[in-house]
Amino acid sequence: MDFTLTEERQMLQDTLRRYLADRYTTSVRNGILAGDTGFSPDIWRELAELGLVGALFSETDGGFGGAGFDIATVFEELGRAGVVEPFLDTAILGGRLLAALGNPEQKPLLERVIAGDLHLALAHGEPASRYDLSRVETTARAEAGDIVLNGRKAVVVNAEAAGFLIVSARESGGFFDLDGISLFLVPADSAGLSLRGYPMLAGGRAAEVTLDEVRLPVSARLGEAGKGFGPLMDALGAAHVALAAETLGAMETAVELTRQYLLTRHQFGRPIGTFQALQHRFADMLIELEQARSAVINAAGHLETADRDRQNAAARNLISRAGRLVAEETIQMHGGIAMTQEYELAHIAKRIVMAEHRFGDADYHLERFIALGAA
Amino acid sequence: MDLNYTDEEKAFREEVRAFLAEKLPKEVSDKVRAGISLGKEGHERWHATLNEKGWLNYNWPREFGGAEWNAVQRHIFEEECAMAHAPRIVPFGLSMLGPVLQKFGSKTQQDFFLPRILNGAHWWCQGYSEPGAGSDLASLKTRAVRDGDHYVVNGQKTWTTLGQYANWIFCLVRTDPAAKQQEGISFLLIDMDTPGIEVRPIVLLDGTPEVNEVFFDDVRVPVENLVGEENKGWTYAKYLLTHERTNIAGVGFSQAGLDAVKRIARVECANGRPLAENPHFAARLARVEIDLMAMATTNMRIISRAAAGQAPGVESSMLKVKGTIIRQEINDLARRAVGPYAMPFASEAVEGDNDPIGPDYAGPVAAQYFNNRKLSIFGGSNEIQRGIIAKVRMGG
Ligand SMILES: Cc1cc2nc3c(=O)[nH]c(=O)nc-3n(C[C@H](O)[C@H](O)[C@H](O)COP(=O)(O)OP(=O)(O)OC[C@H]3O[C@@H](n4cnc5c(N)ncnc54)[C@H](O)[C@@H]3O)c2cc1C
Repeated sequence: MDFTLTEERQMLQDTLRRYLADRYTTSVRNGILAGDTGFSPDIWRELAELGLVGALFSETDGGFGGAGFDIATVFEELGRAGVVEPFLDTAILGGRLLAALGNPEQKPLLERVIAGDLHLALAHGEPASRYDLSRVETTARAEAGDIVLNGRKAVVVNAEAAGFLIVSARESGGFFDLDGISLFLVPADSAGLSLRGYPMLAGGRAAEVTLDEVRLPVSARLGEAGKGFGPLMDALGAAHVALAAETLGAMETAVELTRQYLLTRHQFGRPIGTFQALQHRFADMLIELEQARSAVINAAGHLETADRDRQNAAARNLISRAGRLVAEETIQMHGGIAMTQEYELAHIAKRIVMAEHRFGDADYHLERFIALGAA
Repeated sequence: MDLNYTDEEKAFREEVRAFLAEKLPKEVSDKVRAGISLGKEGHERWHATLNEKGWLNYNWPREFGGAEWNAVQRHIFEEECAMAHAPRIVPFGLSMLGPVLQKFGSKTQQDFFLPRILNGAHWWCQGYSEPGAGSDLASLKTRAVRDGDHYVVNGQKTWTTLGQYANWIFCLVRTDPAAKQQEGISFLLIDMDTPGIEVRPIVLLDGTPEVNEVFFDDVRVPVENLVGEENKGWTYAKYLLTHERTNIAGVGFSQAGLDAVKRIARVECANGRPLAENPHFAARLARVEIDLMAMATTNMRIISRAAAGQAPGVESSMLKVKGTIIRQEINDLARRAVGPYAMPFASEAVEGDNDPIGPDYAGPVAAQYFNNRKLSIFGGSNEIQRGIIAKVRMGG
């Protein structure tokens, strides 16, 4: 066993950490949060130039990474700095689906994604689907050689910035069937596609998407008709690694901010870190942090294996639990200051907790873990 | 042992219910339920409605025109109000300053301030905490120096809840820097229109401008606005903190919150079945309900002892710790229950009445989860409360 990063990944980590520490300060980030685009196009481009997006794709797809540990390395640093830019949506969810399924006309778009020129969004979840991945009520019907989409998609992160939305729709089967779901690459300016955009509590923007008789050529289909669910699960497998690693990075920051605060905040004539009531809880968080790091390593290391889903479910469940503990305890140990919007920890804690709402909370992943273990 | 309310208490509950059914407008309770800010006028209107009925100052003694309800009546009222999603009574004048003035204020102060608390002419805020003095409140540094018929106040208060609405602030200030910490503090009433006062909003992590910083720069306060004796302010402050504690467990809020989660869980579906039937979610819900059932009885046990004249001591610390843990757990369940729709930031839900994003119950829950982290921080943090409980009960 070897738990050290390869030289390339170590360099990537150093580069990102240095760049984000310098460039992505609390005040810059608070400016982005206060703005109305949801992210900074400048920082997006700069990070793409540093190779962040390329690191998330394999060489065959035009990148120089794409493995579980590449994803984990990148997203841990994004989480550490509380980055709200939608790398998960454009590069992992959108990008990997495009890489896996794109036809010769669609695939060249990847180059623009890697260069930082094109945004993508995955429009899969629906108002009633919650975390159920197979519940797709949006329909795709064949008509005069075209495909016509109708339905609604919920909380589509990055929809407004995306040049293309990857939309899941049912071509056959019942609401919950795994078979019959197709994916479509839908240009953002398609007639009949409308967005209701809004900011999110932990930063970034999303939209409710309505598809009303959206007419596409058959060539807009990504992959085989009715066989979209498997590739979707593959992309989500990578997304789970990314989300777990991002949350780990954010937890590291939360604990580090708390360490500093415990040493510098004085009450009753001494640093509050000298109170044993806080010391033990600080120690518990450090223990949970080690566990969380191991869970991320497990998930990243199994991304290309048959055990992927079970490892992912384990990591997301553990990190949801440890993340909640860290978010709540670090706020508590800070007292009032952590309740203020402009303080770094407030944002970091929101990132940690709200990550649980993307693709399954602790209970959802616990259930998945149980189901996969029994299989 | 008798777990039932007396007939009189039951009749009283019916009276409260009937009043709320008649006088609490649906658009107001809808806002409270949805976590939408009522604004200054909204609070004032509800205070006026209660005042008309004589129920605004229910914790005041009769000699000051209060209803003088006993602890059980107060509890019933507070529980019914929470369940009906009535606005909270803003506590600063009514249950904080009022009782202090009644016990320690001069006749002139009582005659001037108490009616204005009731009729809404004065909106009070609480100026205790400072940047350097939170849990260790006695280390506060805001100075008041006597100059003829005035005190000249310099310093800063912070975390001042709803200070943006207030026109008066009661402050703890240091009048004798040479004395031992607790012994050099005085209790001053300050008109916020006095020159030299600046209020700056602090936006909380859920986006609400709920608290403020208040700066004092050579603010001249007439000496007649000193409550009681100079340098005795700590005694009055402690009286204020321990006086109004019946609602500290927030049982009514928890019950209303739990009902709301149950309603959500009946509608939200996981794997095609109502979330309420999901074994993991149902177990979380059951655990907190079990805790709340016991808490309701713990609360009543302590309250009936207080009604019998025994002052609650460490028990109120216990109610605070467990009560806030339960409320925060319920907030966490609500956040979980709404799934992905917890993510939108419903600024509209806070500010106005645009169409909700997703189901209407989803808008405020994540914001409330974060906002209510305050419950275990303010009013004596849960760490401070645990310290008190251990110190008192361990003896030794
Ligand atoms: C939303 C909100 C509204 C508020 N409204 C008001 C208001 O209207 N008026 C007002 O005057 N104040 C108000 N407060 C202030 C509140 O009373 C303080 O936040 C509280 O007293 C804690 O102080 P602090 O925030 O400075 O934390 P600190 O005292 O610095 O505490 C930091 C951490 O150290 C812990 N700690 C401190 N001492 C000990 C110890 N001896 N042993 C173990 N742990 C310890 C604390 O529990 C906490 O976890 C409000 C606060 C909030 C968050």
